[in-house]
Amino acid sequence: MSHVKRLTMLGITKEYPGCKANDDVFLDIEHGEIHALLGENGAGKSTLMKMLYGVVKPDAGTILWNGKEVSIARPAEARGLGIGMVFQHFSLFETLTVTENIALVLGAAAGNPKTLASRIRSTSERYGMPLDPDRRISSLSTGERQRVEIVRCLLLDLQLLILDEPTSVLTPQEVEQLFKTLKQLTKEGCSVLFISHKLHEVTELCDSATILRAGKVTGHCNPKDETSESIARMMVGDDIAISNECRRAVGGEVFVDIKNLTTQSHGQFDVALKNINLQVKKGEIVGIAGIAGNGQDELFKALSGEEIHRHSKAIKFSGDFVDHLSPLSRRRLGMAFVPEDRLGRGAVPELDLRDNALLTSFDSDLVKNGFLNKANITQLADHIIEKYKVKTAGNHDAAESLSGGNLQKFIVGREVEQEPHFLLMSHPTWGVDIGAQVAIHQAILELRDRGCAILIISEDLDELYKVCDRLGALCDGKLSDFLEPESLPIVKLGQWMAGDFNSTSANPEENKQGGLAND
Amino acid sequence: MIKLVARGQASVKWGYLSPVLAVFLTLIAGTFLFWGLGKDPVLALYTFFISPISDWYGMTELLVVAIPILLCAYGLALCYRASIWNIGAEGQLLLGAVVSSTMALQFVDSTSLWAMPLALIAGMVGGMICSGISAFLNLRLNCNETLVTIMMNYIALNTLLWAVYGPLKDPNGYNFPESALFGDSTLLPILFEGTRLHIGLLLVLLALVVVWVFMSKTFLGFQIKVLGLDKPAARMAGYKETKLAVMVFLVGGALAGLAGAVLVTGTTGQLIPAISPGYGYSAIIVAFLGRLHPLGITLAGLLIALIFMGGEMSQMVLNLPRSITGILQGLILFFLLSCDVLIRYRVVFELPRFLSTATQGDK
Repeated sequence: MSHVKRLTMLGITKEYPGCKANDDVFLDIEHGEIHALLGENGAGKSTLMKMLYGVVKPDAGTILWNGKEVSIARPAEARGLGIGMVFQHFSLFETLTVTENIALVLGAAAGNPKTLASRIRSTSERYGMPLDPDRRISSLSTGERQRVEIVRCLLLDLQLLILDEPTSVLTPQEVEQLFKTLKQLTKEGCSVLFISHKLHEVTELCDSATILRAGKVTGHCNPKDETSESIARMMVGDDIAISNECRRAVGGEVFVDIKNLTTQSHGQFDVALKNINLQVKKGEIVGIAGIAGNGQDELFKALSGEEIHRHSKAIKFSGDFVDHLSPLSRRRLGMAFVPEDRLGRGAVPELDLRDNALLTSFDSDLVKNGFLNKANITQLADHIIEKYKVKTAGNHDAAESLSGGNLQKFIVGREVEQEPHFLLMSHPTWGVDIGAQVAIHQAILELRDRGCAILIISEDLDELYKVCDRLGALCDGKLSDFLEPESLPIVKLGQWMAGDFNSTSANPEENKQGGLAND
Repeated sequence: MIKLVARGQASVKWGYLSPVLAVFLTLIAGTFLFWGLGKDPVLALYTFFISPISDWYGMTELLVVAIPILLCAYGLALCYRASIWNIGAEGQLLLGAVVSSTMALQFVDSTSLWAMPLALIAGMVGGMICSGISAFLNLRLNCNETLVTIMMNYIALNTLLWAVYGPLKDPNGYNFPESALFGDSTLLPILFEGTRLHIGLLLVLLALVVVWVFMSKTFLGFQIKVLGLDKPAARMAGYKETKLAVMVFLVGGALAGLAGAVLVTGTTGQLIPAISPGYGYSAIIVAFLGRLHPLGITLAGLLIALIFMGGEMSQMVLNLPRSITGILQGLILFFLLSCDVLIRYRVVFELPRFLSTATQGDK
């Protein structure tokens, strides 16, 4: 009996102007397996998935589906074959209900509209991710929205489910539930293609893995036989560091002191900050976990001065209130900021790296009597490029031409080189590959050891556990306690992220002490 | 067949080539236009573009026309770099002319050395009042700056008409809607004997250098560029948005107002209703055609001035309507905006679909 694979992609090649996104890629997926597709940013994972889902047409190569050659020109054809895909960014209409959203995308394939709601309910319950079909999307959490996308795939005769970085938006509890669902799916014969940056998830969940580097397949392995390190090595090649040595620090005197920071929400989708109390000491890194949209943006802007609350007295910086100060005055007091949007806020896309170095470093001897010192600007840009190993053709390159990780290294380098007293970062390594991640963490850790107070707002728990000296969570504009990562189990942090700040402590007394000790 | 494919990075080369191509395409379209109007295209093009500047006097006249256009365009370029879509140079010019004339009329019989500088400064103040109102409406009351500046143009035009029919009308002028002739002390000195070319040219050269240095060498100029390209980044970096915006509004207004002052004190010597045939509007085209760069603007300004002169010449020689000037200016802007697509996209010629699938099948 010949062995027919669920999916075979052979010699897939796709070229974009200036880069070969996929070069002779080979991918094999068995029936009922969870297959990981691994690679750094820009390795070609998304391109490969888009070709499989009929969004992009390959330049060359063959796709065998259950042993038969197919050509997939549109996503609807992919769905017809039984391929479902959940993108990293959901495509849901906030104002419509779950049923309406699903009916809208599936069209005729959704079947009888009268029974659709009940089918959504039964399917979602069968796979352990209950959904109320009549709820509006806007009232759902990120995890629930993802369920809508998955259930939408499951309603069809699903044979292969593609998940693009599904866990990056979930709390640890939600991740666990998702994994259970995926395992149940594979027991029923459905295959799963799982794209992730989080290697410990891959080693835990997946049966096999294909690793891409710079558009080429660099290895296949069984993740269960490998360690996170050995897989990371295959992803980045031999010459890049893949780990930092992190020591914890306790910090010195309190540098940033936030007391009872409260803001009003301006619109329906804004979150008001409620009574935020937070201290950051010199020489320590404080981390704030939480799912995006829980007040992170508001907190960042309140601290950076992008939103000024003129009449409040809540934020003290080195003993003085800064609430009324503009971002410029705050920078001049030694604050530096790394916002989460690299292009468009952290850097100006159209400008080259010299101009982007000048953007916030204007006080670093780059401007004299109002005139630009071009030699110093070039020197600074080159210095940042060299010291932070920014991969670029030179300081003439526009920021938009750099890959996400390289631009982020440049932005972090730019802020760190200003030797700030307080560095505020939002998602500092979001979507950044391992090599760049390590470089960025290294720069932050060294800055901390030089006495800088650092606050990191992130969704990436691995990152927070790795670099932070104290860790808490933000949910619906409220801030939890802060604990050292070692005494904060991930389950508890997960509950904090979900807004459950109290009930978990088996011993409330101990918890309180932990909080005090860190004040 | 023909496809537009996005470039990874904006093309610098096409940034420069696009205006050149636009001018070239305008010439071709112009040829057809003249031919369609029943004129010999070669003769028409010669009359339009060559004959106005075929002698020394023509050259100086070209500069006389270009002076107000360039002054307006430098100021507009600053605004546009900050992504402030100020369409109000015409109004600022007109109000500048009114205020400047008011000042000049105080010196009709005076020989004071202050007369001319004060008239010029008054013009700048007039322009700044006009753009300052727009800035207030835009930045404080959040009104759209394009609409506000356009409406200010009408207000300024009617203010001008009110002035020449009312308070500034020459009491001895047989009721013509014109002001009295200015005194010699107010008039801009002529640079070359026998021409109308006045020292406004030196003001243009000064403005060219100052704006150029300001844009490319100063931190304020850099901040304006960042503000125009990317507001959130400017905010994150701590730049003072409102202050920068007010500054470019006022500088733009001052330069346009100066253009108005130069027109009344240099070219006409009195305030008349038809002081500007739309120089402030043409300056918008000039600013974009010159790529918002002072040097490019200077070249573009000369070209547009030539079209103004060519329009008059073809009216006289070929009996063509005056609106031909506006049509050609419009064509240039139209082609420029079309050609600018090439900065971010490149054109790819592809075999028709059935041919390319056939070749793939061969493989």
